[in-house]
Amino acid sequence: MTIDVDAVLVASSERVPAPAGRASGNLLAPFTPWLSTLAILLLWTAVSAGGLIGPRALPSPFDVLAAAWELTANGRLPAALVASLARVLAGTALGLVLGLGAGLLAGYYRVGEMVVDRPLQMLRAVPFNALVPLFIVAFGIGELMKVSLIAVGVLVPIYLNTFAGVRNVDSKLVEVGLVYRVPQRLIASKILFLGALPSILTGLRFSLAIAWIALVTSETVNTNAGVGYILAQAQRFVRTDQVFLCIVIYALLGILTDYLVRRLEGRLLAWRKSYDGR
Amino acid sequence: MALANEAVARPRSVSLDVHAVSHAYDLEGRVLDVLDGIELAVRPGEFVALLGPSGSGKSTLLRLAAGLERPRAGALLEDGQPITAPDPSRILVFQDPTLFPWRTVWWNVATGLEARGLLAKHRHRVDDALALVKLETFANAYPHQLSGGMAQRVAIARALVNDPQLLLLDEPFGKLDSLTRLSMQNELLSLWQKVGFTALLVTHDVEEALLLANRVIVFSDRPARIVAEIAVDKPHPRRRDDPELVELRRAVLATLGISADV
Ligand SMILES: Nc1ncnc2c1ncn2[C@@H]1O[C@H](COP(=O)(O)OP(=O)(O)O)[C@@H](O)[C@H]1O
Ligand SMILES: [Mg+2]
Repeated sequence: MTIDVDAVLVASSERVPAPAGRASGNLLAPFTPWLSTLAILLLWTAVSAGGLIGPRALPSPFDVLAAAWELTANGRLPAALVASLARVLAGTALGLVLGLGAGLLAGYYRVGEMVVDRPLQMLRAVPFNALVPLFIVAFGIGELMKVSLIAVGVLVPIYLNTFAGVRNVDSKLVEVGLVYRVPQRLIASKILFLGALPSILTGLRFSLAIAWIALVTSETVNTNAGVGYILAQAQRFVRTDQVFLCIVIYALLGILTDYLVRRLEGRLLAWRKSYDGR
Repeated sequence: MALANEAVARPRSVSLDVHAVSHAYDLEGRVLDVLDGIELAVRPGEFVALLGPSGSGKSTLLRLAAGLERPRAGALLEDGQPITAPDPSRILVFQDPTLFPWRTVWWNVATGLEARGLLAKHRHRVDDALALVKLETFANAYPHQLSGGMAQRVAIARALVNDPQLLLLDEPFGKLDSLTRLSMQNELLSLWQKVGFTALLVTHDVEEALLLANRVIVFSDRPARIVAEIAVDKPHPRRRDDPELVELRRAVLATLGISADV
């Protein structure tokens, strides 16, 4: 399995917090973005009910719900979720700290750029899942390998966007800082960092998307716990309903993280004015 | 004076001496001479306007006076003291307001006091400075919510809150529409009269220079030398259709190599 990571990494356009209160006065307004999803669900139900495709290939949404109930009742799903979330949190935290640190280092100091940028640019050029064999050799097939793989995947986009964000801060703003004798430390934290923040948050969004991909990839290797383990087992025993369930869970977790980043952007970037769409 | 710094009693204004200053930049391996032996003495409290062709080195001179760069030759002195680094007593206002977009108007104005650790004791000075440019009601607005003229007024308040004795203005009204520019010119003039700082204003607007300044300096093409120095001995307020000013305008334009008869 190879994923074109590069296509996911580079921020072409920044997503902006959804405008608050647009189409206000309509109680259903918050749900309108979900209408297309609902339509897909209905279509899915209709097609599976039509019986043209057997439940082996396409279980109905009710089959998937039943699978969710079964796996929750026997305790496998909650345990799997805990295992997967722990992995993804550990890997993401590690990757974010390293990537943000490296990005700020390279952004603030030219020496930092010299040291950090080339190796990370090379790492970026390698699809992170191509690193799996190497990581297995280096870290074994246990948790360390999985967490490291997620961390490396997470590190790259947050690094790239932090570095670019700092370097794209208008140099005039830094000069204003100099004119007013703002100490270097505060120029770094109150001008360069805040100026880079929109880009850093874009990086965060990409990083979290990669984190889930890295989780799935890492869980295909010798797992005995986690959502990926259920997925692998389901595939082995041709439990398509459970396969679908796992995919739906990954989708929901992805949407949840995206929502959280958006909330964060809404709070941290309230000063921004940008196009809302028409 | 509302904006006075109670902590240190300082003179309201300082002199600026530019002594045999030459400056150059390295541009793609070549040396680009920008200033060529500039000699200029600005008296305390004086309002000097600086005109010249674009690219002649006007902004460069302001950057040197602000202490953002050191000249390749010669010296700049503030009240006899060499200028070696930026100092809150000399504030440069850029052509663009260059406000911090993530800070409210109030916090933009507070920048200088905050940097020097004076904010806790002198919060009222931020309010006073905002009142001076008539933007009290916009204290909590973000820069993107302001018009160009309002943003430039915030930039000026951000400078004034530091009690600068030398205000360096780099085409501060260049990008404003003509009506806004007129009212901003009047505001700057009354601030200068009220506060009493020394002002060095770079402008490309001959009329603006003649309306505001005690003295107009004209730069040659790059590398800049001073080609004309015109005293404007008229009391304020001045009328732009004052025959003497019209005559001066003709003279200044002539030094810039432009005929006033068009
Ligand atoms: N940092 C720099 N590096 C190289 N050349 C510069 C730099 N800053 C200004 N210059 C050059 O110096 C000349 C004078 O610039 P400037 O002082 O901005 O002119 P003015 O303000 O009179 O229009 C211009 O030719 C400009 O291209
Ligand atoms: Mg200029």
